[in-house]
Amino acid sequence: MDTVWGDNVAQNIAFYLIAAIMVGAAIKVVTSKNVVHAALYLVAVLIGMAGQFILLGAEFIAATQLLVYVGAIVVLFLFGIMLTRAQVGSDPDVDTTAAQRTTGGFVAFILLVVMGYAIYGTEGLSETKLPEERVQTIAEVSDSIFSTYLVPFEAISVLLLAALIGAIVLARRD
Amino acid sequence: MLLTNFLMLSSILFCIGVYGVLARRNAVMVLMSIELILNAVNINLVAFGTIHGSISGHVFALFIIAVAAAEVGVGLAMVLLIYRNRSSIDLDDVDLLKG
Repeated sequence: MDTVWGDNVAQNIAFYLIAAIMVGAAIKVVTSKNVVHAALYLVAVLIGMAGQFILLGAEFIAATQLLVYVGAIVVLFLFGIMLTRAQVGSDPDVDTTAAQRTTGGFVAFILLVVMGYAIYGTEGLSETKLPEERVQTIAEVSDSIFSTYLVPFEAISVLLLAALIGAIVLARRD
Repeated sequence: MLLTNFLMLSSILFCIGVYGVLARRNAVMVLMSIELILNAVNINLVAFGTIHGSISGHVFALFIIAVAAAEVGVGLAMVLLIYRNRSSIDLDDVDLLKG
């Protein structure tokens, strides 16, 4: 029992359930022929990711994930789809040729095998358990951002400003 | 809960994202696959940060979310520009630099 499920059965069931939904939705994101459907499957993956962050005790990241990804980035994607006048309904031209798809699948599979080997082959990693008490409070995160990581934080602020100006300059109509 | 569960989930999502980047021709869908890859990395950072009892993993995950937002903003602006110039966002058509 312990070796299969670990210590907390409920958390494990939640993990596998959310993980299965995420993997299924992610596969639909990369195979769906309908651009809008792909964007909406992406929402399922991103919300599942927020659930995994909560399981990991990272509540602030989960909230940020929902606000930034589901709230902003997906809306941006839908605007992009709308402005590029994607075909309504399924579009046969979104995928590359069958040969390129096969190669892509092969590359992704080899990459998965290599990473799986690295994860399960590393000594001690496969027995490592997450600590039972693992909730990190927002105060700890903000303390760290505004002390240890102050310079990267300011750099991120400048980067966001640069991206904002860059996007406006690129997308302007003159 | 085992650490490897989260690492494997992250690897699977990463590989699905890599497949999406290689197998898609629509530029917006390639950007979506890149989002999958960035998200997969986040779960790794948070899982390792939790294992070591350190908050750095969380902070870097936040940084990656911010960088991903910037990347999507500029990326979609570029896709829009390509669409305006060529009336198509088919990445196979963007081959002006090919001799």
